[in-house]
Amino acid sequence: MYVAVKGGEKAIEASHRLLDAARRGDPSVPEVSTRQISEQLSLAVDRVMAEGSLYDRDLAALAIKQAQGDLIEAVFLLRAYRTTLPRLGNSEPVDTAQMTIRRRISATFKDVPGGQILGPTYDYTHRLLDFRLAGENSAGEAGLPDQTEPGAPADEPVPRVVDLLGREGLIEEEGAPEDAEAQPADITREPVRFPADRDARLQVLARGDEGFLLALGYSTQRGFSNTHPFAGEIRYGAVAVEIVPEELGFAIEIGEIEATEVQMVNQFKGSSAAPPQFTRGYGLVFGHQERKAMSMALVDRALRCRELDEAPVSPAQDEEFVLYHSDNVEASGFVQHLKLPHYVDFQSELELIRKLRAEFEPPAAEAAE
Amino acid sequence: MATTGATSGPDAAAPAAEGYNFAYLDEQTKRMIRRAILKAVAIPGYQVPFGSREMPLPFGWGTGGIQVTASIIGPGDTLKVIDQGADDTVNAVSIRKFFARTAGVATTDRTEAATIVQTRHRIPETPLGAGQILVYQVPIPEPLRWLEPRETETRKMHALEEYGPMHVRLYEDIAHFGHIATSYDYPVRVNGRYLMRPSPIPKFDNPKMDRSPALQLFGAGREKRIYAIPPHTEVRSLDFEDHPFEIQQWDDVCAFCGSGDSFLDEIVTDDRGGRMFVCSDTDYCGKRREAGHTGAATQTDEPGEA
Repeated sequence: MYVAVKGGEKAIEASHRLLDAARRGDPSVPEVSTRQISEQLSLAVDRVMAEGSLYDRDLAALAIKQAQGDLIEAVFLLRAYRTTLPRLGNSEPVDTAQMTIRRRISATFKDVPGGQILGPTYDYTHRLLDFRLAGENSAGEAGLPDQTEPGAPADEPVPRVVDLLGREGLIEEEGAPEDAEAQPADITREPVRFPADRDARLQVLARGDEGFLLALGYSTQRGFSNTHPFAGEIRYGAVAVEIVPEELGFAIEIGEIEATEVQMVNQFKGSSAAPPQFTRGYGLVFGHQERKAMSMALVDRALRCRELDEAPVSPAQDEEFVLYHSDNVEASGFVQHLKLPHYVDFQSELELIRKLRAEFEPPAAEAAE
Repeated sequence: MATTGATSGPDAAAPAAEGYNFAYLDEQTKRMIRRAILKAVAIPGYQVPFGSREMPLPFGWGTGGIQVTASIIGPGDTLKVIDQGADDTVNAVSIRKFFARTAGVATTDRTEAATIVQTRHRIPETPLGAGQILVYQVPIPEPLRWLEPRETETRKMHALEEYGPMHVRLYEDIAHFGHIATSYDYPVRVNGRYLMRPSPIPKFDNPKMDRSPALQLFGAGREKRIYAIPPHTEVRSLDFEDHPFEIQQWDDVCAFCGSGDSFLDEIVTDDRGGRMFVCSDTDYCGKRREAGHTGAATQTDEPGEA
C-alpha cells in the first residue's frame, strides 16, 4: 500500500497511452485533420495564436488537435514551442491604416470615409441552432456568398476613424515615442517591472487570457472604474509585416497577418495636466477576435489612470493585479500545481494542528474521560 | 558546468531529444540565466529578476528549478531529482526524464553521487558536500507576499530592510497560540541581510541550509526570480530570544528503517484510524535498510515487502 501513493514511471506511461486513446475517441469516426481545424475552427485557431503569441495557423491547429480542443492547453503547447525559436529580427510597426479591410465599423459616426463594412460577423445572427449544419456538406442557413456579391475586401486603404477626431484636436495625440532610439519593451525576454509602461502593458494584454480581460473590461462598464467608452472603430483584415534587413537598409514585406484592431474613444473631463479631450484605449489582437480586442482596449484605458491623474480605485486599474494575473499559461499551471503531492507540507500542518488542538482542549475534557 | 556551442558535448551519443539544444534551452537563454545566478550568488538572498521562459512543463510545476538546472548542467553532471523527498513521485520522475531526454545526462537516486540535486519541498537528509549544487523549485519567492501583495512595496521593504511586519506576524502567532504557527516555508535571514523564503520545505529542513558547504540555488519560473545561498553562508530562521526556533518532532520512528531523526510522512493504512510513519527521504531510508536497520513494518509479518 505504501508504494501506491508514489506514482512512478509506469503509471505516467500508462496515463499517456490512455490520453492518446481519449484524444482519438471512437476509431470508427474519421480522424480530424489539422487542415480542417485551421479552416473550419478558424476562430479557435485565432485565439490560440494570439494567446500563444505565435502567428502560425498550422502549428496552432496542431496544438488544438493535440490538446483535444482544450484551447488553454493548446496555447501552452504553442508557447512552449515558441520559446525554442531563435529571434531573427524585429519587424517594422505594422500600419493598420493600410489594412486590407474585411470588416470595419464605427459606433461613433453614422458614416465615415471608407464606409461601414459589416463583413463576416455573428452580431446580427439569431442564436438559433442551425440543424442543417449537423448534416454534412451544408453551408448553413445563409448559404455561401454569391461570387458577384459585394463583400470582397476593400482595396483602397481606409483611414482610421480616430484619426479624423485627431485633426480637430478633440482626442489626445498619440505621437511617436519621445526617444526615437528607445526600443519597445519585450515581455517575453525581460520580466515586467512595475510601474510598467504602456508598451509592456499592451503586450501583456495582447496575449492575456480572453476570459479574464473580458471580465475586467466588463467590470469597468459596471462602475468598477468608469471609462465612458465608445467604440470609435473596430477593424479586421490583413496587414503586411515588414522588416528592414541590415544589408538592404530598406523595408521588405515578409508576409501578411490577420489582425483585429479596436480604438476606444473615452470621455475625459481633463485634469490639471491635460485639457478636456477624448482619450484612447487600444486593442490589437491576431486574427478575428473582436471580443478580446474590445476588452483589451477597455482595460488598456483603465490602466492609464496614473498617467491621466485618475485615482486607481478598482481592480481593472490596478496594474499589478491585472498584469500579473492575465497570463493563462502561468495561471493554469499554478492553479493546477495543487494536484502535485504536498505530503510534506501537509504533514507539517498536521503536526502543527494536532499540537494546537492539544493545547486548545480544556483540561475538563480530560477529567471527564 | 559549462557547455559551449550548440552541440550536446562529449555525450552526443546519448539519446537526447532531436531538434532541441542540449538541456532544451538555447545557449543565449542559458547565458542570461547564468548571469542572474552569478548576481544572486553575489548578493545572498536577494531575488534577481530574470527573463523566465515558457518550458514544456507547466508553470508551478518546477519551471524555475528546471531553468536553473538546464543552465548549469553539463554532460559530465549526475542529476538527482526529488519531490517530497522521494525520487519516485510523479513530478520528480517527469523532470528527471525531461533531462535524461534533452541532455542525456546520468541520473541517480543517491544523494552523495549527485552533482546537482533538484528538489521540491525537501532538503535531503544526507548532508550535502562541497561541489554539490542544490536547486530548489520555488512557487512564491517573496517572503513578504502574504503581508503585502504588491511587488512595488515589497521591493522597497527589502531595500530598507523593513522586516518588522514579519516579526510582528510571528509575535501575533505567539500571542494567539503560545508559539509560532508556521510549519513550512519558514522565513530565514540570509547573511544577516535579506529576508528569504526557503520555498515550501518543512521548517525541519531549515537548519540544513545554514553554512552548508553546497551551493543552494532557488528558481521561481512563473514569478521570474532567482536567488541563492553561497556555500558556508549563515542562514538564520527568524525567532525571538524567549521563543527560539524549533523543528518538528515525532513520537514515532520510521516503520521501515527505524530512523528517529528524519522527517516522517504519515501513511494512512486503513479507514479505522490506522497510521504508519515512514521517512520522506526514500534514498536515506533505503540506505539505512541496506545497512541493516529495521522498523516496525520490516521486522514483523511481511519482511521484504515495500
